[in-house]
Amino acid sequence: MNMRIPILKLHDCLLVSIQWELDDQTALQFQEDLLHKIHETSARGVVIDFTSIDFIDSFIAKVLGDVISMSKLMGAKVVITGIQPAVAITLIELGIRLEEVMTALDLEKGLEKLQRELGD
Amino acid sequence: MMDSSVKIINEWDIVAARQLGRNVAKELGFGTVDQARITTAISELARNIYLYAGQGEIMIEKVESGTKKGMTIISRDEGPGIPDLRKVMEDGFSTSGGLGAGLPGVKRLMDEFSIESTPGKGTFIQSVKWLR
Repeated sequence: MNMRIPILKLHDCLLVSIQWELDDQTALQFQEDLLHKIHETSARGVVIDFTSIDFIDSFIAKVLGDVISMSKLMGAKVVITGIQPAVAITLIELGIRLEEVMTALDLEKGLEKLQRELGD
Repeated sequence: MMDSSVKIINEWDIVAARQLGRNVAKELGFGTVDQARITTAISELARNIYLYAGQGEIMIEKVESGTKKGMTIISRDEGPGIPDLRKVMEDGFSTSGGLGAGLPGVKRLMDEFSIESTPGKGTFIQSVKWLR
């Protein structure tokens, strides 16, 4: 049941919407897929939307933090969007701080933020 | 009273344990934030078993105490055990390079938390979340 997360290209950005609960393998596969896609498309920005996700544990948070740093190394900026209140509360209580990560309330605001960051 | 458990042997069992936990939490009437806390706590405990003990078990029980209702999560393994419990209960302590936010995080997510560990014998963690 290893599923791939679709990564869509929109101009010079990539759009990802996480639609189901992530298991370890899917999360790691996504990490690799996203970096390849950035390389392939020369994308300068990425928005990852978590609207449908109702919890993030330390493993997923680590994979997420890592893929953001890796994307940065490749010259792409990442914005995280759609973090639910319950997810924000549990992440902080768990002791996980994604402090240097760009975030926005929803996909629309995330794309706007990215456009501003990229100076278009 | 329905009790259930999931054996933790591989990564998929972590997913199975947290799904079971989430379902029980929903049934009991926990709100979305507490459901997320419970699901996350189970995920961390199951991952600790997988990473440090190799295998073990997550047990989920509904509990009642007087007028209070809640849910108990038990994590049990026969792994190497934890030599210094005080140290693992310190924030930021990890032996696996940042994987697993560790037990202090689980303790904060739950209402009650107790741990017993015997080096060479295994670890037993019991935690409770009460319905408010």
